[in-house]
Amino acid sequence: MTETQAPVEAVGTARPTLLEARDLHVEFPSRGRRARAVDGVDLAIGEGEIVALVGESGCGKTTLARTLLGLERPSSGSVLYGGTALEYGSRALKAYRREVQLVLQDPMGSLNPRQTVYEAVAEGPRIHGLPGEQEVVASALSRAGLRPPERFFLRYPHELSGGQRQRVVIAGALALEPKVLIADEPVASLDASVRGEILALLLRLRDELGLSALVVTHDLGLAWNIADRVAVMYLGRIVESGPVEQVLTAPRHPYTQALLSVLPESPERVVLTGEPPDPTRIPGGCRFHARCQVLASGRAAEAGVDGRCRTEPLAVLPAVSTAQAACHYAAAVD
Amino acid sequence: MALLELDDVSVTYRIAAGEVPAVRGVSLTLDAGTALGVAGESGSGKSTLAMALLRLLPRDARVGGRILLDGEDVLAMKWGRLRAVRWAEASIVFQGAQHGLNPVQRIGDQIAEPLLVHGLARPDSARGRVAELLEQVGLPAWRARSYPHELSGGQRQRVMIAMALACSPRLIIADEPTTALDVMVQAQVLTLIKELLAEHGISLIMISHDLSVLADVCDRLAVMYAGRVVEHGPSREVFHDPKHPYSAALAAAFPTVGDPVSRLAPKGLGGDPPDPMDLPPGCSFHPRCPVALDECPTLDVELWPAGPERRAACVHVRPEKAEPAETTLEVS
Ligand SMILES: Nc1ncnc2c1ncn2[C@@H]1O[C@H](COP(=O)(O)OP(=O)(O)OP(=O)(O)O)[C@@H](O)[C@H]1O
Ligand SMILES: Nc1ncnc2c1ncn2[C@@H]1O[C@H](COP(=O)(O)OP(=O)(O)O)[C@@H](O)[C@H]1O
Ligand code: SF4
Ligand code: SF4
Ligand SMILES: [Mg+2]
Ligand SMILES: [Mg+2]
Repeated sequence: MTETQAPVEAVGTARPTLLEARDLHVEFPSRGRRARAVDGVDLAIGEGEIVALVGESGCGKTTLARTLLGLERPSSGSVLYGGTALEYGSRALKAYRREVQLVLQDPMGSLNPRQTVYEAVAEGPRIHGLPGEQEVVASALSRAGLRPPERFFLRYPHELSGGQRQRVVIAGALALEPKVLIADEPVASLDASVRGEILALLLRLRDELGLSALVVTHDLGLAWNIADRVAVMYLGRIVESGPVEQVLTAPRHPYTQALLSVLPESPERVVLTGEPPDPTRIPGGCRFHARCQVLASGRAAEAGVDGRCRTEPLAVLPAVSTAQAACHYAAAVD
Repeated sequence: MALLELDDVSVTYRIAAGEVPAVRGVSLTLDAGTALGVAGESGSGKSTLAMALLRLLPRDARVGGRILLDGEDVLAMKWGRLRAVRWAEASIVFQGAQHGLNPVQRIGDQIAEPLLVHGLARPDSARGRVAELLEQVGLPAWRARSYPHELSGGQRQRVMIAMALACSPRLIIADEPTTALDVMVQAQVLTLIKELLAEHGISLIMISHDLSVLADVCDRLAVMYAGRVVEHGPSREVFHDPKHPYSAALAAAFPTVGDPVSRLAPKGLGGDPPDPMDLPPGCSFHPRCPVALDECPTLDVELWPAGPERRAACVHVRPEKAEPAETTLEVS
């Protein structure tokens, strides 16, 4: 590896940084334009820390997660693991994938219907030539809560419940004894009753194995259930981040406030209208200004920041673990 | 006055391996202008029940009991009458149907189709009606010229609702209308549904596994487990103070953000959903029930009264001296 930098100490927690995005940009060509799916992100995940990445559909969550996994190359900026910049040679990536594992949701087709549970979980260990395959598979299954593991070896996906299939997918990731799990909507398609079981499993893996996790979701209840820290993404940027208790009970960014306000139990709703945000046309000024309820209601003008909302872009939030929001209004009224 | 009355409705699928009792004796009443939510995990029989209401089930399904729509027995209707009912009185928004929009036909033409087929509009007036329907679901009229792939998931779901509204039905059955939509889009669609209910006096049956969503939109809630209704009552009461342990597990699955009890403590329900071909005896929930008693595996559960306008099928609400339960469930 070429570049070595000291990991940024996560402020406010005792956890040293394990995985980090630094000034990350990811662009795609899209119908003759550039889609800036990730448009300047600094984000650090500490050892043994669970970070939830939330935001509405199309805001860039999956792209950021895939880039952290090395599946997508940044247009600029870098991904650092243990303080070292990720390299994109096939051998370096293979070694990296042992440490940082992706957990997909099963109904998206991550299990092969013609493969037994044993074969599915053994695939990773075989690619990496791990010794003692059967023990590796058995222990991964039982850590994922499929016990006794032997009972599941010869089963096919269609013979399992949705929750069990999701556990097999998690076992496949665990078989390589990774340090970080990156889970994209791990429970979105699971039944309400099974969802809690899978989330409890992720928490237990953190407690018992010290695993770190980035959980990508649009479900704020999930963040409340399992995450230490939350990062709220809007149109390619993190617009608010910090400890879950703080961000989800006293949100400062109007977008986070709107997301929380539409939860079924909340008293006053701010239902954002307008077309879904388009990463090929990111507005100038604050990227949220065209939909911002604080600007629309005149509160930003009262605080004297409305002009800046429309013209002055916000700085990229640094990768610190204390609560922060990228908003002119929040900065003015605090 | 009851718009819809289900009396001991059962549905059994016949498959090669035997019989699948998907719905087992459901009795429910829906008053005109009200909304009923049906909750339950995957496989509990919600969609089967919804399809039975308009006789949309495959041939290998056998339906028993009575389904009265405005006093008329749906199961006894002749084919012609049934067709008329399906477009004029009740329409259904199917689970995942937004993926079933025709990819090569403009959405305006897809919305106009039932209007033209049923002679509710002539080709020259259909365009105006389509614009009106799009506006009702919060889409600009020019969207009529769009193809499905040009719309987001939430917009496609709005198109499905516009299609359901096209023939001005009195009852809409919506199967998981917001599942798989993100929170903000879900909020937009739910707001739309609530407005339509309030403005047009439409009745609604809405199916979901998310109790909090149902409690938000519906007046009453019925919770299904293994093909049976195990609890029903006013929706907020069922959600906030469930009487059946299964309803309680569903209610706890989606935490309230800010509630210290659920912070770093996700709540699930152990065990697997029951196999409808091999249901546990007694209370079918007993293998997964955290508060089961010794008698539960042999117990004949009934929907016992569980408070004003509420019933639950659990030994813990059984009256001291069990009185015979009524067969129909009062909704008014
Ligand atoms: N390969 C690609 N080519 C072109 N555009 C892309 C590509 N991948 C993603 N995008 C665009 O980048 C934006 C971010 O997409 P991404 O999948 O990261 O969103 P997301 O936040 O994960 O959304 P969801 O919640 O729906 O999964 C979207 O507008 C998407 O259409
Ligand atoms: N066409 C069918 N043939 C056989 N079994 C079916 C069919 N459709 C549904 N089932 C079975 O009936 C039960 C109830 O299914 P369904 O009504 O789809 O439940 P839900 O909508 O609550 O998820 C399940 O066990 C399911 O596997
Ligand atoms: S900077 Fe202005 S427009 Fe942007 S979120 Fe804050 S108040 Fe709204
Ligand atoms: S009857 Fe028994 S097993 Fe069934 S829900 Fe009640 S306590 Fe649980
Ligand atoms: Mg995604
Ligand atoms: Mg269904």
